Amino acid sequence: MRVTRRSFLRLTALAGGGFALNLYQSPLGEAQRIGTDIELTPKAFIRIAPDGVVTIMARASESGQGMRNMLPMLIAEELDVDWKDVRVLQAELNEKIYGPQFSGGSANTPMGWEPMRRVGAAGRQLLITAASQTWGVPETECTTKSGRVSHAASGRSMGYGELAAKAATLPAPALSSVKLKDPKDYHIVGHSQTGVDTHAIVTGKPLFGIDVQLPGMLYAAIEKAPVFAGKVKSANIDQVKTLPGVRHVLVIDGGITPAAFTPWEPGMEPGIAIVADTWWQAQQARKQLKVDWDLGPAVAQSADGFSKRATELLAAPPASTLRKYGDVDGALKSSAKVVEATYQYPFIAHVTLEPQGATAHWKDGKLEMWSTSTLPVDGRGLVATTLGIQESDITTHMMRSGGSFGRRLQNDYLVEAAWIAKRVDAPVKLLWSREDDIAHDPFRPGGTVGLKGGLDAQGKLVAWRHHFVTFGDEKHSTSGGGIGQNTYPAGFPPAYGLYTSVQPLSLRTGALRAPGDNAYCWVAQSFLDELAHAAGRDPLEFQLELLSNKQSPWSSGEHDPVGDHEPSGPSVLIPERFKGVLELVAEKSGWAHRSKTPGRGMGIAAWFCHLGYFAEVADVSVDSQNKVTVHQIWAAGDVGSQIINPAAAENISFGGIVEGMGHMGQEITLEEGKVQQSNFQNHPLIRMRQVPKIEVYWRKTDYAPTGLGEPTLPPTLPAISNAIFAATGKRIRTLPLQRSGFSWA
Amino acid sequence: MPIKLNVNNVAATVDVPPDTPLLWVLRDVLNLEGAKYGCGIGLCGACTVLVGGRAVRSCMTHVGSVAGEPITTIEGLSPDGLHPVQVAWETLDVPQCGYCQAGQIMSAAALLQRTPHPTDADIDSAMSGNLCRCGTYTRIRQAIHQAAEAGAAARTK
Repeated sequence: MRVTRRSFLRLTALAGGGFALNLYQSPLGEAQRIGTDIELTPKAFIRIAPDGVVTIMARASESGQGMRNMLPMLIAEELDVDWKDVRVLQAELNEKIYGPQFSGGSANTPMGWEPMRRVGAAGRQLLITAASQTWGVPETECTTKSGRVSHAASGRSMGYGELAAKAATLPAPALSSVKLKDPKDYHIVGHSQTGVDTHAIVTGKPLFGIDVQLPGMLYAAIEKAPVFAGKVKSANIDQVKTLPGVRHVLVIDGGITPAAFTPWEPGMEPGIAIVADTWWQAQQARKQLKVDWDLGPAVAQSADGFSKRATELLAAPPASTLRKYGDVDGALKSSAKVVEATYQYPFIAHVTLEPQGATAHWKDGKLEMWSTSTLPVDGRGLVATTLGIQESDITTHMMRSGGSFGRRLQNDYLVEAAWIAKRVDAPVKLLWSREDDIAHDPFRPGGTVGLKGGLDAQGKLVAWRHHFVTFGDEKHSTSGGGIGQNTYPAGFPPAYGLYTSVQPLSLRTGALRAPGDNAYCWVAQSFLDELAHAAGRDPLEFQLELLSNKQSPWSSGEHDPVGDHEPSGPSVLIPERFKGVLELVAEKSGWAHRSKTPGRGMGIAAWFCHLGYFAEVADVSVDSQNKVTVHQIWAAGDVGSQIINPAAAENISFGGIVEGMGHMGQEITLEEGKVQQSNFQNHPLIRMRQVPKIEVYWRKTDYAPTGLGEPTLPPTLPAISNAIFAATGKRIRTLPLQRSGFSWA
Repeated sequence: MPIKLNVNNVAATVDVPPDTPLLWVLRDVLNLEGAKYGCGIGLCGACTVLVGGRAVRSCMTHVGSVAGEPITTIEGLSPDGLHPVQVAWETLDVPQCGYCQAGQIMSAAALLQRTPHPTDADIDSAMSGNLCRCGTYTRIRQAIHQAAEAGAAARTK
């Protein structure tokens, strides 16, 4: 597959394939690996007009994580201009000059932190050189401030706008050679900067993928089988073609062969595309479609079937051992107390508020696409392969999207729009309905976990046995259903075993915000809480003790560049940081002095993922109908030395927490292969009245800054379910909440 | 049958079936794309506009049923983007992805019109029909309170 040479497919493979989710290369290496001859240059990113207005290209896709601010802020800081003089423009897809343009895995901060600052600093250096040559003074005597170069000794000063034309003729310095600011001198980074699109958003300007309008544009909707990859046998196409506004009715044969393992980007789903003068007409025509579907083998799948098979697999010896050290079974046998539990969580859908869609125009052998993909280079590759055209004949405009949460890392809607456009003599905007969006989502796969924990007579954790039943075939876990061998608490209990078994799944799955971690954290942190209570100990103190154990060596050399088999590298959990956020959140929430009133309780949980550490405490009450109100959540995060855009960082942290709550009430179930949920009434989101008070605190550490898209989310679920236990004595081992007899108030 | 509309104090005549949802007339006929499609059945509020000052879900509103009535969309909420709700939204940098925010702002404007000093309970009740997938609710609540204060200050001037 064409895309495998791309560095960031690794990220998606990690999300889907069951390797270490947190593994990143060094940021400069990441940028350089996109092509061996690529050097980022200030000229690609920075334009300075004669009046001093600075235009900075935002390279990454934007779906609400604030990438159009964060990365340009880094450039502007080191360029040494004032943010008010900066205009941000979204770059088109061109990784040869911009480096990685995807947004996923909370990766833009660690990937961009150093290269983007160096791009800005190199731009500043060019302006200094231009000034020093103009004035005939040494560069070392020139200083910069607020978009001006000054020479104190001669009292001369010129604005960047005046120097830009000359600077543009000079060779750019090597990025590695430029000097970076001392963080104490930052005047943009670390200061809240309003979103560059915020004004356009609050005034309703067209910004999003769905807002693209082109002259002569047609609108498309696609009817797909109610069962994954079901094919069209026959349909009343000639009749539908005569309906008002309908221009084309196209049968998509698709390219998916249902199998036990469904890969990331499995191909086009079959269906019937209706192209009409308006989207509403296309949708109305859809209602008149009568399709005879060949539903294929996926029709045999059901939620009950998955659950039954998972129970059988849990009872049987595990199919494979992912990580094992110590005599787990022996330690369990000799434990003073053994706690056993089975945890189960469902499939859930992404439900970005802007449903999937794209606009494409095929003209004179060239394709122009308006894409909301967050992995646009893969989208272009997939389109080229599917349509049989050259990537060099494709232009990709990167539109702001109404949310991704991992959904837009896959490019199915983009390929569909391009496929339709190639058959239609006009630009085409494809839009999925909400029902399409839920039925054909690449779901977060469900999972079942059998756990055994052993405690010694002093209430210390001595053994942890973890049997994860997921989906896939002998060789692969389904996308989003793999687990890393170092997933917490691996390494900390004195004896530990992580085993997996799989059952087949013919369904598109994928990465949902904090993939894997959004479920594994809930399982592990809930079971730790169970063990602490079984030991008669405070859950915080119990976990801090566990984190003080010497970590067992990694069983793989993957994280081990120096070969001493000691944990190292940025993707390895650092206990001091994990403990640090737990201690901070305990302090801020008053954990030690929490009241113990019937019906009200506090729960604590923490997690490390995507290079970030978060601990959260939830304060909940549960009424006599088992309705749960979350009163407050305290969160403490450690994402390194610098919060780049504080107001945005807090906002996205709120978002991760609210999304975590949302996951607790959602499920996708199948009956006879058909998704049973269709819209927000049965796949709900959290609403205003359910939102708790949220406080976010930062623990600044000396590590390089890392991303915030994902790590705030995972601890929310166990913090709340542990709090429900504290309030009621009832342990939630099955999600969504309603499957355990609870619901949101 | 052409339908006469009054959108943002501008008269417009559209030739669509009267049962076409107002949302699609606004977006695809009148090129007013601030109101968004999110669910199509009135569950998410992304399509919220004002009809006679009342917040309605335009995805569920037949265009024929609002002929002649004053319709206000996000584009017409203020001439300059300086409605107190818009100012508060921008000051607090409420949006993440931003897709729901036009609907949130229209619901908030309608709330403040009838309840200039809403309590948290008023906000819960008026805003719980507007979903924010990114979870910006904390900021939305803050912004409504801030807009209420700004509105009060403007009235006492």
